[in-house]
This record gives sequence, structure tokens and C-alpha cells, in this order.
Amino acid sequence: MAAESLERILGEHPFFGGMEEPYLQLFVDCASNVRFNAGEVIFREGEEANTFYLIRHGRVALETSAPERGPVVIQTLGEGEVLGWSWLVAPFRWRFDARATEVVRAIALDGRCLRGRSEEDHDLGYELMKRCAQVMEQRLQAARFQLLDVYGSGVRSKR
Amino acid sequence: MMASLSDPMAPRPFRVQRVRKETYDTFTLELDPPHSAANGLSFAPGQFNMVYVPGVGEVPISISGDPGRPATLVHTVRSVGTVTNKLCARGRGSMLGVRGPFGSSWPVEEAAGSDVVIVCGGIGLAPLRPALYHIMAHREKYGRVILLYGARTPDDLLYKTELPKWRGHFDLQVEVTVDATSNGWRGNVGVVTTLIPPARFDPENTVAMVCGPEVMMRFTLLELERRGVPAENTFISMERNMQCAVGFCGHCQFGPTFICKDGPVFRYDRIQPIFATREI
Amino acid sequence: MRKLSQSEPAVLERDQLQWLLQALINRGYRVLGPTVRDRAVVYDDLTSITDAPAGWTDEQDGGTYRLKKSANGALFGYSHGPTSPKKFLHPSVVRMWRAKIRNGFHIEEGPEEAAKLAFVGVRSCELHAIAVQDKVFLDGKYSDPIYKARRENAFIVAVNCGHAGGTCFCVSMNTGPKATFGFDLALTEVVDPERHYFVVEIGTKLGVDVMDNVPHKAASAEEKAAAERIVARTARQMGRTMDTNGIKELLYRNYENPRWDAVAKRCLTCGNCTLVCPTCFCTTVEDVTDLAGEHVERWRRLDSCFTMDFSYIHGGSVRSTPRARYRQWMTHKLATWIDQFGASGCVGCGRCITWCPVGIDITEEAGAIRQSEELTERSMTRGRRKS
Repeated sequence: MAAESLERILGEHPFFGGMEEPYLQLFVDCASNVRFNAGEVIFREGEEANTFYLIRHGRVALETSAPERGPVVIQTLGEGEVLGWSWLVAPFRWRFDARATEVVRAIALDGRCLRGRSEEDHDLGYELMKRCAQVMEQRLQAARFQLLDVYGSGVRSKR
Repeated sequence: MMASLSDPMAPRPFRVQRVRKETYDTFTLELDPPHSAANGLSFAPGQFNMVYVPGVGEVPISISGDPGRPATLVHTVRSVGTVTNKLCARGRGSMLGVRGPFGSSWPVEEAAGSDVVIVCGGIGLAPLRPALYHIMAHREKYGRVILLYGARTPDDLLYKTELPKWRGHFDLQVEVTVDATSNGWRGNVGVVTTLIPPARFDPENTVAMVCGPEVMMRFTLLELERRGVPAENTFISMERNMQCAVGFCGHCQFGPTFICKDGPVFRYDRIQPIFATREI
Repeated sequence: MRKLSQSEPAVLERDQLQWLLQALINRGYRVLGPTVRDRAVVYDDLTSITDAPAGWTDEQDGGTYRLKKSANGALFGYSHGPTSPKKFLHPSVVRMWRAKIRNGFHIEEGPEEAAKLAFVGVRSCELHAIAVQDKVFLDGKYSDPIYKARRENAFIVAVNCGHAGGTCFCVSMNTGPKATFGFDLALTEVVDPERHYFVVEIGTKLGVDVMDNVPHKAASAEEKAAAERIVARTARQMGRTMDTNGIKELLYRNYENPRWDAVAKRCLTCGNCTLVCPTCFCTTVEDVTDLAGEHVERWRRLDSCFTMDFSYIHGGSVRSTPRARYRQWMTHKLATWIDQFGASGCVGCGRCITWCPVGIDITEEAGAIRQSEELTERSMTRGRRKS
């Protein structure tokens, strides 16, 4: 895909909303198209986190493995969502497995490169941090809501 | 003195025709009036009945059937206490008492011309199903129609055979998610609010209808607000202890409103301050 | 005797009052009036004037009620007691229907029948309370057949208060002490050294008819003036006051006022206030069955928003703390009632103050909340001026 289309796609994505030109170009330079087949593992818990993804199509399951239960899906992410923020926060290691549950097409962004540039250019770093903080906030809220287990009957014991 | 038909506290007899098990604790009952009254029980989507198990007690249950076909009265009941326990155990042919319909209804007429987003959690789909039926029966009057439904686990989903049928409609978007998965579930995992940001509707021209546990509604309302849906176009269904359903016993008061007559469906902006007050 | 018209007050001597009771009894009324029982003045069956609380008056204050001998031997020298006409119009335990459940479900009988009631000694605050309950039970989309049956045929003999109770604030609530509507007859008791009489105002045609059976004269100008003086004096002796200016908005603004925490520390959530209040109407429904399982009944009994069960929905109570429950009661009474029924739920009788075991005073609580706003306002203005 030509660079102009990547630029258009990134520019339209909510994650980059309000990002100024020189930075946007930088992201385009660090971006590439990727595709995962159904069932393919995108990254594993504990691995170094150096890439993040904007999902363009398909569904990704965030999983962890419990010895007696096997893989447990914590959350799924779909079209338009950002996969991964551990690349920006020390110790830069993935916390969960990410697996494509169907064919996934995404834009991969070089997190390691962006980390380096952010150390030099703090304005860039701030723009990135703001956006990732937004993603983290949404995930945290959703996780807390999930914890509340609101659909329990409250009277009978749960299964 | 005979209790006349106009006595709002006197139940009418209805006979259980069919019982469908939805989940381990939730059942859908289909009821007929024993003397085949012409129109069964005509109702507006969102309204509820007081359903009486003779000798045991009476509980408020939303009507979950098709308002366009009121000859059969449909109630989806979750077993959470003495009366609902007995209600779920009622077999075909047994007799129940019904008073109603009571309460306010979903704004299905007023939503004509807009996109419609229905967000429900757990048993919250039951009071919204009649609205969905109505909208599907008059589909051309509405813009995009989206159903977002969240349940605890895949086993807790209601209307399991109907959901894929609705999904199969070309002009209806149905997204389902579960809080926690079980093996074999290949759908979304996550709370129902995660379905809102990617849903394709025009916030400035959308009517949102929300129903589920109060906490779920709170999170959902925040998410809808984030998307830019005005509070005047958002409707929720509230629940409180209810005994008479006609505004006399005082139990269902919610601030200055009686949920049995001013609700259960409320326009969110009208109750926003009360909704935000703890223990009111 | 010339036939009275509604516009002409009559006068009755004290010993002619029995005629009035008899006239009502002869018309088939169950006559309910004041009598002393367990050291309080309560409404009960009254067939003879000798059972009325002659010579008794009361001393009331927060958590305090005492009967005392009065100086002038008046029949209606007390202000009010723990019961009100609500006891009979909105009975505390009543059957709603009875049904057979063999081979289906058939309602055999509706609500219990009620006798025709005549109330004697009803105060202006109680007349307003009856009007408040009329709005609740008769004016909405549905009407309550139990209340309606008892209310429609009720004959009311009101009494204009000659003695203001220690906790009374009807003047603040615009509900007394003079009875201005809702009665068939209204009496003002005048006790002079030489003479003990009643000025009788006629409120309805039925009142005229009943008075036909009671020896009386037309009231003179002096008698009418004496009655007016007594009522005016009572109005000046109120035990409490309440500023009702904007009270609805005041309470709507103050759901989180710390005053609620303070009162919650004292409130026992005993519910006495709801029992003695003449407007509190909350009830609970009870379904019962006989042992054979052939007959079922539905009963209604008086309930109180102070109980834990009141707001119970699957899993717990919405108002689990005393703070939330006291706040609900007071905000309902003074504020949300206005949005629900077009008028305040409080008639200023003060019973809740008298019968509260710890003497919580609704007028004091409302005043404290109002004051807390004024204090905040003042300190904020001061702050602004400094900077």
C-alpha cells in the first residue's frame, strides 16, 4: 500500500486525532501493514513489547493461561481499537498473550523507534503519553466494571 | 362487595401455555387468558405486569412479548426470590394472576426518523425485546438500528435462538459480548460498554434505550455521553421495590417519581440528578 | 325553628351536644370522637358526650405528651392525640379481596365493607390531612376503593382549636387553626364563667339537615365575635414555626447536607412519626393462603419507609442507612410530595415531634438546613470581599 494511503488511514484514526503534521509523518515512517491468520499469536506474555497495532479488521483476544483452566480470554478487541500500550511503559513487556481469533489486518507501529524519539523530543513523548493514557483509562474502567460482576443475582451463590 | 374489573388490585386469571428455559435461572412463560378474551393483554413496549402466584405472592415483571401480537402474554422471569422461584417452576396449565399493564413505555414512536441504539445487560434485554419487535415491524421508519447486548457468560444469554436470527437481518446490527468466556465462545469478551465506541450511529440523531442492572446503566450512560448522545435522547428503565403498582403503597418512590406510574421508563435528563444521588 | 342555611352560624349549648351525637347515630353513622384512653386522647366510638375528654388539655413538646386538667373544663381543650381520622379512612389492616383457587382463580369477595363514619372533633390540620390523602387516593389515574368507600359517606364535625399544642405549627403551613373547608359542621367552643356554648358553622346541605334534629338558635354577633377571638388567640400561640419559602428547592439542593448525618445519629428508625402522621399513607401488601390451599386472600397493612424492608430489591435495600431513610421521610413530606400531588404533605400538626422518642423536630431540621445554606453563603461572600 502506498505511503499516502497509510498517512490517510493514520490521520483518520481516532488515536492520532489532533496530531500535528511532522509527528504524523514520523508515525507513517514507522508504520507498516500486517496481517495475521485466524489462531495466529500476535505476541506472548513476557516478551519484549516493541510494537503496537491499530486493528483495521478482525478480532484479537487478550488471553492469559491458568494452569487448570487453559487459556482464558480476558477481553477481545476489534476494528478501530488499539492493541498494546505496554511498549510505552517500563518494563516494556507484554502482560498478556494476544491471539487473532479470525483473520486480522492491522497497522503495526514501531514502538521501540517511537520510544527512542520520545526521549529526545519530549513534545512527541507527551503527545504519545496523552493518547496512551486515554486507552489505559478506558481499559481500566472496563476492567473495573467487569470486576463488579453486575449480572450476578446477588441472592443465590454464583456458579 | 365484589372486586370489580376496574379494581386495580384484583388480578385476572391467566393460564401458562408454555415454559421455555433461557438459562439456569431464567425462564420465559407464555400465558393465555382462560376465557380467550379478544385481545389478550394489549400493552406498550417497556410496560410491566404484577404477576401473582396464588397463595405465594406477587412480583412486577416486564412484558417481553411482541406488542403487535398481544394475544399471548409473554414474561421472562429470573428466579431471585420466593415468588420468582415458584413462578419459574410453574408448569403448563397452571394458573397465575395478572394485573396490568402498568407504567411508561419506550419511545418507539418518537424515535421514528432517528438511529436507534439499544444497550442492555443481563436480563435487561427482556423489557427491551418488545421495543425491538416494534421497531423491526416498522423498520422503514428508523435509521440505523443497533442492538448491543452484554451478559455474564455465554450460558447467561437470553433468547439464544433469536439472537442469531436478528443478527441475520441485513438492516439490524447486533453485537453481543460476555464478561467472562467459557470454552467454545468465539465472540466478543468484555463489558457491554466496550461495544459502544465502535458502533456506527449518528450521536446527534440517535435515540438510546438502556436497560440492565443500575451499575451497568451508569457505565453505559457515561459511554453514550462520551459519544455525544444527548441526555434528552437517552431512555432508561428503573427498578425499585414495588407492591401495588398504582401509586398507593409508596414503595417504588424514586425522588419525586413513582416508578410504577412515572416510570419504569424515564428520559434520562429528567431524572439525572436523582439518579446520581446515593441511596435515594 | 327556622330552617338554617349554610351561611348562618348557629349556636348550641353544651348540654345540647348530645342531640348532635344522637342525630348522627339515628342516621346510621358510626360516630367517632375523642376520648381518653391510656392517658392520651384518641379517636374511638363515641355514643355519649360523657365519654368525651371534658376538662382535659395536653402539654406537648419534643418526645413529650401529658394530659393535664384544664382550667375551664372545655370538652375540646386538648389539641390532638396520636390518632387521627386516618385510622378509620385508611385502616391499618384491611382485606383487599378473597379468592378461591381450586380449578382456576376466582375472586369471591372484594374489600371489607365499611360502616358510614361520622367524625366529631376534627381539627383544621386534620381536615387538610384528609384533603391531602384525597389527592393521593382519589385524584390520580386509579382510585383506591377502600379509601373511597369510607371517605364518600363520611360526615365531619370539625372543631376550631381553642388551645394551640406545644408542637403545633399549622399557621406556618397555612392549615389552621380555623377550619375553612371540608366539614359538614364546624364548632368553636366558648367557655365563659356563666355559659358554655358552641358556635356552629354549617359547611354543607347535609350539615343543615342534621342540625334540623338538634335544638339550636341562630348565633348572635357577640357569640360569633367571641368564637373568632378564641381562634385568633390560638393562632398566636403556636408552639413551632416553619419557614416554607422555597422549601422544596431547598431540600432538593441539600441531599448531601451534613445535617442528615447529625439527625441520623439520633433517629431510631422506629417509625413512630409515620404512624402518628395524618398524611403518611404507605402500605404493604400481604398474600395469605388457608391451610388447605383452597382460598387465598390479599391483605393490606400500614407500612413505614423507616423499615429496612421498605426499599428491598433482590439482594438488598436501596436505603440501608438511617440517614437515607430519615432523609427520604422528611424530603418526601416537605418537598417531593409537592411535585407528586401539588401540595405539601405536612399539615403542621406536630405529632411527629411529640411522639418521636428522641424528640426529633421536623421544624428544627428544616430550619437547620436552611441556616446551613445561609451560613455558607455568608462565608463565601466574606471570602470574595477579602480578595
